Amino acid sequence: MSDARVHDIRTGPAPVNGSRPGARPPKVLRVRTRGAGLTLAAWLAGLLFFLPIAWMALTSFHSEEDAATNPPSVAASLTLDGYREFFGAGGGASPWPSLINSFVASTASTLLVLVLALPAAYALSIRPVKKWTDVLFFFLSTKMLPVVAGLLPIYLFAKNTDFLDNIWLLVILYTSMNLPIAVWMMQSFLSEVPVAIIEAAQIDGARLPTILARVVAPIALPGIAATSLICFIFSWNELLFARVLTGVVAQTAPVFLTGFITSQGLFLAKVCAASLVISLPVLAAGFAAQDKLVQGLSLGAVK
Amino acid sequence: MTATTSTPLPRAAERTSAPRPPGRLRAWATRAPLLPALIFMIAVTQLPFVATLVISFFDWNALYPDARSFTGLSNYHEVLTDADLRKSVWTTILLTATVVLASLVIGLGLALLLDRRFRGRGVVRTLLIAPFLLVPVAAALLWKHVLYNPEYGLFNGVLHWVGGDGASQPDWISNTPLLAIELSLIWQWTPFMMLILLAGLQSRDTELIEAARMDGANNWQVFRHLTLPHLRRYLELGALLGSIYIVQNFDAVFTITSGGLGTANLPYTVYQSFYQAHENGLASAAGVLVVIGSIIIATFALRVVSSLFREEVSRA
Repeated sequence: MSDARVHDIRTGPAPVNGSRPGARPPKVLRVRTRGAGLTLAAWLAGLLFFLPIAWMALTSFHSEEDAATNPPSVAASLTLDGYREFFGAGGGASPWPSLINSFVASTASTLLVLVLALPAAYALSIRPVKKWTDVLFFFLSTKMLPVVAGLLPIYLFAKNTDFLDNIWLLVILYTSMNLPIAVWMMQSFLSEVPVAIIEAAQIDGARLPTILARVVAPIALPGIAATSLICFIFSWNELLFARVLTGVVAQTAPVFLTGFITSQGLFLAKVCAASLVISLPVLAAGFAAQDKLVQGLSLGAVK
Repeated sequence: MTATTSTPLPRAAERTSAPRPPGRLRAWATRAPLLPALIFMIAVTQLPFVATLVISFFDWNALYPDARSFTGLSNYHEVLTDADLRKSVWTTILLTATVVLASLVIGLGLALLLDRRFRGRGVVRTLLIAPFLLVPVAAALLWKHVLYNPEYGLFNGVLHWVGGDGASQPDWISNTPLLAIELSLIWQWTPFMMLILLAGLQSRDTELIEAARMDGANNWQVFRHLTLPHLRRYLELGALLGSIYIVQNFDAVFTITSGGLGTANLPYTVYQSFYQAHENGLASAAGVLVVIGSIIIATFALRVVSSLFREEVSRA
């Protein structure tokens, strides 16, 4: 490569679009200012997307009168009244039963998913059965079956067997909702365990439980944790099943939130507080596992 | 493009070909771990769908359980000729296409902005991802009450700020109900598209781009001839996954308009026709139609995912 060629790159490409060299500032300077512009644009986009949530957070700390003013009162004094109201101080329904229901349904279904998905993923990656891609695609295809397609029979079944308004029915359904994603994700995580290591362990005389505990688990554990988080998030967010199949006893947090759909201006701070409190577990989990979240949502196809 | 989805990947073939004692017992031992998950999925997802299919051929209103009778395809005929239901089919298509396309385009722009090192990139990424992490009902409530509300919402508040007392104060949801839902969903789904496309951008071959720049390619040429072709699969993947989730959207429609003002999509219509109108047969027929639509999308999706698989294999 000649020196002239390198020089070319530093000072800018050959005048492709007919621009005369020298008519604009040197390329390095141009790149720097354009870089600053792009950085600014990225920051503005980030802030713009976050603005509604920031505004909701601010509103949740205002009194109901300050929350419902036009033009908005940014500098109004802060109070925890919205949160107190939400947790039932004003005589309204307490959100605790619904939060506990959501927690139980999400945790139990996540555990059930792990119990079912781990052996399946093991069979599909470390000791693959024949036609394993067919099995994988069957799992994936169930994810494409819209929830509404089976909702009515499930509702009728629950009604006739006294399972309506029962949190364990949701556990079963959330498990079926998350199991395909979990099998796919864990299959891709377990495939990263090198076969050579397993074989080496076998040659050293290690038996299956030892291999699982000493070789497979350490490599697969972060992936299993990410899978669990995603299953938890999806269960926590689910509305349609919960809305149709639960009522008073087994109501979940999103169903509790739907109680605010028709509420009028007086409760704006309370609505904001409620939305934030109920979103908090998901926000925390999601921020912690951003990359894994995409990988899970794209069924392991994007790494 | 001759490889099919059932082609075993080289790695799998290599593993299964390892010498192993033959015998049925052994074969079942390797299959056994799969069975609980398979049986569970078939029981919980396939059986109800079969039941839906059966119910869709019956005239069955839950309020008159004795008047149940087999009517063949007449529920489908009614679903496809009923003006309201046909409208909800159209609404579903419009809602899905608008949200997926807009969030893809904006997501691509954001991914390109974030595909370079700059101060606070991690913070910006976290800010951008937040809308996607809000519980969907909470996000819908946020748009309905905190942003759109004509009396105290942020949008009209800003108009008031900027334009003074004479500023127009539109009622966003009543004026443009579908657009109101679409905007909230675009806000929620753009971060998802951005993350998928960012993963795509970061898997580009940097040497190839360097080489192109050496040859004098400008930014646009690099984008048009290298980045975009590379991103094609990620764009397709984002579009198809987005479609699968947004076709099924219930939370936003239910929360923001309760299906009113011509915004009822198919999932909401199915929900309403059995939950409120108790028309089990009609609801089932509509549900089956949603499935047929999803299968069309899914056929494409499977092709895309298997093409991603092939890429991974050829890279390995």
